[in-house]
Amino acid sequence: MKFAVKKALSSSGARVGVLEVGICPAPIETPALLLATRKGLPHFISPDLLPSLPSPDSNLLQVSPMHFLEGLSTTTISKLGGLHQMLGLQQHGIAAVPRDSIQCLPESKAATKLGASFETPCGRLLIKPKDYVEMISCMKPNIWASLADEVPAWVSEKRNKTSVDRTLRWLDDCISLYPEAGSIFGAIVGGTNLEERKRCAEEVAKRNVSGYWIGGFGLGEGIDERPALLRAVMDILPDEKPRLTCGLGLPEEILQGIAAGIDLFDSTYIYSLTVGGFALTFSLDNSGEQHSLQSDQIGSDLTKINLRATAYRKDMSPILENCTCYTCKNHTKAYINHLLNVHEMLAQTLLEIHNTHHFLRFFHVIRTAIQDGSFEEFRQAFLESRREHFKGEAIST
Amino acid sequence: MALHFEILGRFNRARAAQLTLPHFVCQTPLFMPVGTQGTIKGLTNNELERIGCQIILGNTYHLALRPTSELLEEAGGLHNFMNWPRAMLTDSGGFQMVSLLHLADITEEGVTFQSPVDGKPMLLTPEESIQIQNRIGADIIMALDDVVRTTITGPRIEEAMYRTLRWIDRCIAAHKRPHDQNLFGIVQGGLDPELRDICVKGLVERNLPGYAIGGLAGGEDKDSFWRVVAQCTAALPEDKPRYVMGVGYPLDIVVCSALGADMYDCVYPTRTARFGTALVPEGVLKLKHRAMADDTRPIDPTCPCMVCKNYTRAYIHCLVTKDAMGSQLLSYHNLYYMMRLSRNLHSSIVEGRFPEFVRDFLRTMFPKGDVPEWVCNAMEVAGIDISSCCAPFPPCQENDSSNELEQLNKVKIEI
Repeated sequence: MKFAVKKALSSSGARVGVLEVGICPAPIETPALLLATRKGLPHFISPDLLPSLPSPDSNLLQVSPMHFLEGLSTTTISKLGGLHQMLGLQQHGIAAVPRDSIQCLPESKAATKLGASFETPCGRLLIKPKDYVEMISCMKPNIWASLADEVPAWVSEKRNKTSVDRTLRWLDDCISLYPEAGSIFGAIVGGTNLEERKRCAEEVAKRNVSGYWIGGFGLGEGIDERPALLRAVMDILPDEKPRLTCGLGLPEEILQGIAAGIDLFDSTYIYSLTVGGFALTFSLDNSGEQHSLQSDQIGSDLTKINLRATAYRKDMSPILENCTCYTCKNHTKAYINHLLNVHEMLAQTLLEIHNTHHFLRFFHVIRTAIQDGSFEEFRQAFLESRREHFKGEAIST
Repeated sequence: MALHFEILGRFNRARAAQLTLPHFVCQTPLFMPVGTQGTIKGLTNNELERIGCQIILGNTYHLALRPTSELLEEAGGLHNFMNWPRAMLTDSGGFQMVSLLHLADITEEGVTFQSPVDGKPMLLTPEESIQIQNRIGADIIMALDDVVRTTITGPRIEEAMYRTLRWIDRCIAAHKRPHDQNLFGIVQGGLDPELRDICVKGLVERNLPGYAIGGLAGGEDKDSFWRVVAQCTAALPEDKPRYVMGVGYPLDIVVCSALGADMYDCVYPTRTARFGTALVPEGVLKLKHRAMADDTRPIDPTCPCMVCKNYTRAYIHCLVTKDAMGSQLLSYHNLYYMMRLSRNLHSSIVEGRFPEFVRDFLRTMFPKGDVPEWVCNAMEVAGIDISSCCAPFPPCQENDSSNELEQLNKVKIEI
């Protein structure tokens, strides 16, 4: 894995970088999105449809090793040559992160000094560093996060401190157990405690890692608490290594993370939208302005539309007129409305394609704004015009 | 008449043909996947095209409920609504008489259903069915027939057969688009050769573009099944397509093709995929079995589909019945298998090697030579020598349909 910062803004922590990973056909520009997966493949987009997504933007996947604990032994995965072979995705970059924020959630109450605990569809699992490293060595991802003890925002100071101690110890275990591994990203936790965050960042920065996985977010902290915590961590970490985070999924949170200096994001946003029957429609205008489009959309909040709404029964237009995704080029809102109505799986496939496409384009627009030096303006315009809509609504009703 | 049927090759009763429909030129024999509600579960149109689907089936009863035929008409027909560029066939809603019987009441006028969606009564008459199908706009539409289960005996079967003949005239009269939609009649009559004969003659008199053999594939014993198919294909006109409805298992399709049928439909390949079962030349492969968890071979080493080229049994095993992706990948493979079977049937007949194809097929499926007796009997009538596929001692086992299913399930792959 190779990473280099191409441009960093002085006004904020935002930077554009280039990531070369595995045998990806082209280098991937950051900030970038890692697609969420279930057992290595997208939830609904079958692998032969993946090439229709923007490339190489869509070539980064996040995989949770815990997904394979039901039904597939690590020996078998090893025999197959690792995840890339098993999934038929040799040209994709795979980042292994235990927490997937959808079905594999950290359970801090059950973690012990021996290992981290996760709630999964196959029950509560205690994962020790040794077991984790064995999974990783069989799976051979391009990037992997060290095992972390993530805790929610409301735990005691003592518990929070313990989580940092354990995470550091497990990082050392991971490094010593599998030194020649694909690139290890050191996990940084510390909850909402500024001092603990700094301590953890300092310690991890001393270790020989290829990048940093910043965990412990999206677990109950307020969105306004984050900037200070992120800044504290970023100030300590070396600029030249990539930063991956978990739990920052909404567009506003992505912008927040990018402003602090995060390069890679996973997100459950696309999955939640898709299973809810929503399609993203927010503007991808370079300025960040959100008013321009579709302010008269029924059931819309300028961000997304709810395709279950009966208003779309006869709407023979695509989700977004100028969207080039497979769904918008081939199907109408009326068809998707019908599919949702009759509980057909194809609805989720078509929505996941569109939502992924749209969100990847969002990242592209952000990268352009950073390159042009207009990222802060972009971010302001985006946030304000989204809030405007709600302000307007509150006054009129 | 809005189709053209040209026979390109034969072997005794079997034929390979080119069927030209308003939306697509098809090769028969062919299998039609069922897309009941305007979609083949989990697969996109471009995947279906890549697999080689030529005609897909939509269901009048379900589509009339949601999204309604009026909406489909407004959208320019189901082709437009789904954006499916190839051919389509709609069922009349008749099958639901059998499958949803506890909700239906059948009279001379038509069938009254209790809608499973909102409980309101819905009357499906021959006129209404044809009207709905005219609005949906498929290349082939089916007459509303009075369907009874073949496991039923008694006067109901005769009543249903005669009613079907009376209803075909009502369907013909109601059909507003004979220039771009082909109305197929459906032969009923249960398992009674006399009734079947009367029905065939009656339908042929009406000079329809194509004919279906209905009322089968409902649990009758296989021996009766093939005899009805054989009788009908012998009596139906040579120069028009013959569609055996609800068939089905690959073995049944091979037998019916040998007997002179051209078109088939069934939910089996996609439904069995959702239960974790893959179709393979040897029979079926149950990917849920523990043994599959360590099996690093592809589902079918001879299959060139995307799933078999990229994935192993072990990986599919960990997906099936748990994740949507498992259903999608298996449905993809199973439909590919059916399309490949269709292509092989067509090309082997055209290229003059149909008997060899049949023998190969049977040898692979019955490596111990235990070809079911009904297949042996059918092949004799079809004029295909399969003695080399059957074990000399003991003689071919007699099997009824439930045994045969068991047999299919028991076939393990031991390569």
